[in-house]
Amino acid sequence: MPDLSINFAGIKSPNPFWLASAPPTNSGYQVMKAFDAGWGGAVWKTLGVPVVNVSSRYGGVNYRDKRLVGFNNIELISDRPLADNLREIEEVKKRFPHHAVIASLMVQSRQEWHDIVRQSQEAGADGFELNFGCPHGMCERGMGSAVGQEPKVLQMIVEWVMEVAQKPVIVKLTPNISDITEPALAARRGGADAISLINTIQSIVGVDLDRFAPYPIVDGQGTNGGYCGPAVKPIALNMVKNCAQHPDVRLPISGIGGIENWRDAVEHLLLGASSVQVCTAAMHFGFGIIREMTSGLEQYMVEKGFNTIYDFVGKALPNVLPWEQLNMKYKVTAQIHEQKCIGCQLCYTACEDGAHQAIRLNAGTRVPEIIEENCVGCNLCSLVCPVEQCITMERTDAGTEHVTWKERTEAGDIPVAFNDEKAGGRHHWVPAPTAALGKERHKTLPGKARVLSGETDVPAEA
Amino acid sequence: MAEYSTPTTEHEFQRNFAQLKPHMNRTEALYESARCLFCFDAPCIKACPSGIDIPQFIRQINSGNETGAARTIYQANYFGNACGKVCPTEVLCEGACVYNLQDVKPIEIGRLQSYATMKVIESGKKLFGPGEPNGKRVAVIGAGPAGISAACELRALGYAVDVFEAKAQPSGLTVYGVAPYKITNEETLAEMAYLQAQFGYHVQFNYPITSREELAALEEKYDAIFLGIGLGKTNELGLPGEDKINCTGAVEFIAELRQYHHQVAVGRRVIVLGGGNTAMDAASESARLGAEHVVLAYRRGKEEMGAYEFEYDLAKAVGVKGLFNVAPVEIMGNGYVSGVKFVRTETKDGKVSEVAGSEFIEPCDMVIKATGQAKQTDFLRLVPGLKTDSKGRIIANAHTGQTTNPQYFASGDAWNGGAEVVNAAAEAKQTARGIHAYLTK
Repeated sequence: MPDLSINFAGIKSPNPFWLASAPPTNSGYQVMKAFDAGWGGAVWKTLGVPVVNVSSRYGGVNYRDKRLVGFNNIELISDRPLADNLREIEEVKKRFPHHAVIASLMVQSRQEWHDIVRQSQEAGADGFELNFGCPHGMCERGMGSAVGQEPKVLQMIVEWVMEVAQKPVIVKLTPNISDITEPALAARRGGADAISLINTIQSIVGVDLDRFAPYPIVDGQGTNGGYCGPAVKPIALNMVKNCAQHPDVRLPISGIGGIENWRDAVEHLLLGASSVQVCTAAMHFGFGIIREMTSGLEQYMVEKGFNTIYDFVGKALPNVLPWEQLNMKYKVTAQIHEQKCIGCQLCYTACEDGAHQAIRLNAGTRVPEIIEENCVGCNLCSLVCPVEQCITMERTDAGTEHVTWKERTEAGDIPVAFNDEKAGGRHHWVPAPTAALGKERHKTLPGKARVLSGETDVPAEA
Repeated sequence: MAEYSTPTTEHEFQRNFAQLKPHMNRTEALYESARCLFCFDAPCIKACPSGIDIPQFIRQINSGNETGAARTIYQANYFGNACGKVCPTEVLCEGACVYNLQDVKPIEIGRLQSYATMKVIESGKKLFGPGEPNGKRVAVIGAGPAGISAACELRALGYAVDVFEAKAQPSGLTVYGVAPYKITNEETLAEMAYLQAQFGYHVQFNYPITSREELAALEEKYDAIFLGIGLGKTNELGLPGEDKINCTGAVEFIAELRQYHHQVAVGRRVIVLGGGNTAMDAASESARLGAEHVVLAYRRGKEEMGAYEFEYDLAKAVGVKGLFNVAPVEIMGNGYVSGVKFVRTETKDGKVSEVAGSEFIEPCDMVIKATGQAKQTDFLRLVPGLKTDSKGRIIANAHTGQTTNPQYFASGDAWNGGAEVVNAAAEAKQTARGIHAYLTK
């Protein structure tokens, strides 16, 4: 049996799955229930001077029939008195001494930081997470992302915390910044033990078409919120990677953003995170999702022969390179496996309208055909194909050559003028512009119906 | 024991005749519409006789634009809800859905179509209206799918339209001939009322036209006459005993059933003669009315039946038994039907012949003949110069629907010999354009 336990910058946890600081960690009741269900740790809903919230706090992004592929909130930090939270932290730690309870903190003055760190420590918190990420409400008061966006201020506050902290300190970073490594470096300079990312992304999650107001609506009006959920995972993964690869950051990373199942978690781990935090998925499906996450992670580790999490933390990092270091001699070409094709022709229209006109239709069959000489190997057709393994990208170069843009640049072998002979698309065939006019109009609109409605004289197709 | 007990109340009738394609709610429509792949050059559109832009209306449903979806449907086919419910979608749009090739359930196009159209019918939202009056008049004979579709299209083109209907209600077989588990009277008539409110044609009900004088008056008053007269009564078989009590035609039986529901009596042992879709309906309906024993007797083999496979499956599912390669010889009984004398048949080189000495009597107390409908030959003789083919079908131009009497145009069963509602709706739309072309020349 693989060992799922972690020691994250000194914080021990039976597995790498923590609940992120958010509504699911608002109370001892919820955290105990989560631990009971199998979660390894919890970052308590941010402590500070209690807030007052508005009613109507969350908004969702639905895609077709899927609910909450994106989620945002305009809720603030804990609205409960500090003493209540600390008493419950103590109670949870007594009942679950081997689980990780991390106190998320957000206050303003040096004195406040000292006080709240000391009090959380006394309550038995295993560590601290400094909330420098909240992108709504709190930032208007000079806290949250207002700090995360100001590396100097961030570093100063970390230093204040380190003056009294006897437990590991994690700095939670906001993604609402152009280079995530800047605040990460500031955290390191301030003496932090770890970083966690990403916090939510400043967002408007949707606009009500009848009330002309953004969601969530508060008495006919709204405000920007913090975006999270499955849709933000790609942004989180990239930022985790950036911090993990930066030679000077060198801090353990707790990965946050779009983690809903074991696969999402493994992706974060492969890009350098060594613990993961989950919020939206727990808010959507409840704490029970942890069973699928741990069992999936375990199964993956068994199949790969990994004994501990650390066997694969950052394992994908060597394969994430700057674009200029990719092999330009590598070539893949799409291949349609005819017997699997169901004839939807989405690949055809996608390539025709959205890529390189490298698929043709032939009379008498609905199975499209790849025009190999036009195929640039972009993957689009295989991405839109609804049938598993129907369109595969097959390697067509010999696999013997390796040339990068960097090498070509150094060798002076790159296009430099507007009409350079070396332009990549110079010899790539494209149809004449006017060939587009009226092309397949009878196929993109139903000819029969248009003829009958008198819109057109185009003959109905037989 | 029969599968169904005899319904004695409307509630019990509705239970026995529960809708095969019940209306969707918004959640189901959202989920189902989300599955549509939005195929390029979609096979479902090509499979639809009325060419509805199916991926478009499904996408409109998915994006919460049900009104737009209904408009897309009605632009191609005025019997939007009816076709969604009564079309043999299994062999048309849904049969063409590419998911079938992946062994994935095809999109429930028919139910989505009904979902969108019922939304606008229920809200009464106005999507269409009559065109600018052009001063010309067209008479439409028959308020079935062909007649009403033609009336809508002609009104949109600016014609004054009067519809003459022999029966008391519009929509023809949709309300008189389709099995009750396929569509309800209420929704059928709601769609008819919706169309009439939008387009404003006039309908004279209980107004059969039976004489040359009446036709002559129409010819005088109207610039063109559209024939949407459908088919007639069930064919006589010419068998001894056919006049016995409880020997009835399927068309007549179903018409009664659609109007009077559980008040229609069925025998305990029913024999249905025929192998077409109407025979399947009559057999299913008998079983659902509580008949203990329903036999479907067909003169050829099972594989040769004209009915769609899914229609036979439906009948089998309610306990109907097939009796193949038998031909009826005589309807037995003393006043009331007591059985059918059959002779066994064999098929050689496509020809059916009787097996000598193989007669037997299958007892029953009701016989339903589903052996095809007669053409309206007597009526058609009243139209001067109107020609029919060897099967009694009106001869008309394939594109314009114009008959051999240039003032007369035709669509639907009287022209195509008997097809689906969707065929009549599509043909009539095209023929209305043919009338327009003729009158604006």
